[in-house]
Amino acid sequence: MQPNSLQLENLKIVTLVSVGKHPQSGRVRRADQDSRAVELGLTLAAQNPDGLMVLHAGDPAEPGLRSYAGMGLAAINVLQLDPAADAVAPLGEQLQQSGADIVLTGVRAESGEGSGMLPYQLAEKLGWPIVSRVADIVSVNEGVAEVLQALPRGQRRALKVRLPFIASIDTAAPAARQSAFGPAQRAAMTVTVVEAETDTVRQSWDEAVARKRPKRLKVIKAKTAAERFKAATAKSQSEGGRIMKKEAPEEQAQAIVDLLIEEGVLR
Amino acid sequence: MSSHDVLDIVRRDPRAEWIARNRLHPLHGTLVSDATAEVRGPSGLLRKYPHRVGFIGPNGIKRIDRLKGNAAASGKGRRSAAQEVQLPLHQVENPDFYIVVVADMVGGRLTGHDKDVIGQAHKLAAGIEGSGAILAVCFGPSKEEHFDTAGVDRLLLLDDAIYDDYCPEQKLAALVQVDTEYQPTHWLFPDSVNGGTDLGSRLAARLHERPAAQAWQVDHQTTVCRGAGGTMDITRATPRLLLLAEECADQIDETRHEALPVTLTAVPTVVAQLQNQGPVAVDPNAVALAEAEFILSAGNGIHDWEQFHQAASVLGATEGASRVAVDDGFMPRFRQVGATGTWVTARVYLAVGISGAIQHMQGIGQCDKVIAINTDAGCDMVKRASLSAIGDSEVILGELIKQVQAFRAQQSVEGDQDAA
Ligand SMILES: Cc1cc2nc3c(=O)[nH]c(=O)nc-3n(C[C@H](O)[C@H](O)[C@H](O)COP(=O)(O)OP(=O)(O)OC[C@H]3O[C@@H](n4cnc5c(N)ncnc54)[C@H](O)[C@@H]3O)c2cc1C
Repeated sequence: MQPNSLQLENLKIVTLVSVGKHPQSGRVRRADQDSRAVELGLTLAAQNPDGLMVLHAGDPAEPGLRSYAGMGLAAINVLQLDPAADAVAPLGEQLQQSGADIVLTGVRAESGEGSGMLPYQLAEKLGWPIVSRVADIVSVNEGVAEVLQALPRGQRRALKVRLPFIASIDTAAPAARQSAFGPAQRAAMTVTVVEAETDTVRQSWDEAVARKRPKRLKVIKAKTAAERFKAATAKSQSEGGRIMKKEAPEEQAQAIVDLLIEEGVLR
Repeated sequence: MSSHDVLDIVRRDPRAEWIARNRLHPLHGTLVSDATAEVRGPSGLLRKYPHRVGFIGPNGIKRIDRLKGNAAASGKGRRSAAQEVQLPLHQVENPDFYIVVVADMVGGRLTGHDKDVIGQAHKLAAGIEGSGAILAVCFGPSKEEHFDTAGVDRLLLLDDAIYDDYCPEQKLAALVQVDTEYQPTHWLFPDSVNGGTDLGSRLAARLHERPAAQAWQVDHQTTVCRGAGGTMDITRATPRLLLLAEECADQIDETRHEALPVTLTAVPTVVAQLQNQGPVAVDPNAVALAEAEFILSAGNGIHDWEQFHQAASVLGATEGASRVAVDDGFMPRFRQVGATGTWVTARVYLAVGISGAIQHMQGIGQCDKVIAINTDAGCDMVKRASLSAIGDSEVILGELIKQVQAFRAQQSVEGDQDAA
């Protein structure tokens, strides 16, 4: 489905971006989910290039930011604040002022605390609904958006939500377009210096490179030698499942259908 | 010398000794009690008679019972061990505090992740002074039968119709009410895509808590959690609300718990801003085999492949296959389930005409429910299955297709009536 162009014309979309980190090399990059959020914003604002604002709270000199601009953005708005400051309050104020209809973020950041709380805290602060793990925004009609939410096992759920709302974008969303180096360098950085409270809680934390987690061992808690032997040589044993041998095929099929319905896989 | 000393002198009886030595003497039986193999000899020494050990079995072979008549009892003991062992009951009568675990309950049952989180809750409770109860909050209809052995002390089952659908806002309202009524010391959520992360984050924002996400090493003082996309470890004081990673703690397996149902005063109905429009049909064959929820798998016992593909599309199942079906060219290689194929995680695995070779069984180790259709009632797949239909695959699949189509037709009629 193509987004309804009439409705999208005066839509205001804000995408919040953070600085990403490559999971293996640790190099600074555009964050995967955030760049998908920019991609979705660009698709929604295809008819109205001014409708998308890409917003970052932090250091405007950050090289990772430019790679978002390379996706075809004229400018990136940066709220310049102290690295140790809490970004929620200034971002919330900015969103309120900007009159955003849809706010797109990633699910979890690739740097910093990465708890995924920012969209929830913004939603709580602004009193807007939040839709988590969005795969696509299908249409916007009369102030109501139809959203596809990504579920585990490749499933999707359709939701309707009234504007304005916040959506965190899942890795199931369409992949971001390439970032071009030239336009990235030419894009403008619109910097606003803001005052924010220092995040004092975080200062008491210890941060270190992730340690490998110990694998859970399969502990055999057998009390007798016979049980230990059985655990070591266990072969699939009858679990007391129901065996239908003599029943007619209709009855057997009925039992299977009943079980499938009970398990909720037959919809 | 006193008379006392005289009595202590052992007097030998040469004739008795001679008779005792001679097993063929007619009086031998009177001097030696046959029943015991060990006797005090006439000289006071302990004598063992190897000939007298054991008894003659029914088929004329000598049997030696080294368990000294206890064999029957121990045999009984082993049999009862194979039956259900009654684990010791852990009781919390008047809890000083609560630790609340909000379970994902995928498909109405506790997931492995949920049980890890319950295990973590007990570990936390052990570190805090006083006796704490683990209160599990479960939304929607429950099929779980083993809350007690999973470690649930108190159970709050919210299975009103309003919680059936996707309704994070309604659930949040209920959790806020739990917070005011029980004032839990800690809130624990599984950090999972099945809803735990979303609900936990919502509650944290509402209660103005700062949760630890992907926490994997937690005690009552410090928490180690993953940050920066899993590349950093953050060590911090344990917060009140935790989103716990999988395998954060060992599951409860040595105690039984009360799982006493508790109640919550009625939660006001929230005006939902998110309206659920229901699941969107996705092509089941576009879903990766490894993460498909429902797999219909074909083996060497399938002869009508047209029918099999039809069955898969009617059931809405992802197709899988055994190696034989793949090697014979009936199915593509990426559909192969097993050691050299894909390890699947389906909740329901319907195996048609698959014998259950160990290489295949390894691939379905994580499946909850296995259903087998097979002509051979003695094969390994039938042993593994929760439900087995013994019969020809073509007949049963044909019948299955008919019944599912009837079910679908009935459902759409009901849907029309609802809409009308
Ligand atoms: C190194 C190695 C790796 C392997 N890796 C894998 C792997 O990854 N995955 C895998 O699947 N196999 C693997 N195998 C092969 C495995 O050992 C078995 O040969 C294979 O799984 C058997 O497939 P099957 O059950 O379909 O066939 P069979 O063993 O032939 O079983 C057919 C079953 O269908 C039943 N049947 C027959 N006719 C009908 C009918 N009309 N209606 C209903 N039921 C019927 C029979 O009773 C029988 O139980 C591997 C083998 C090796 C040596």
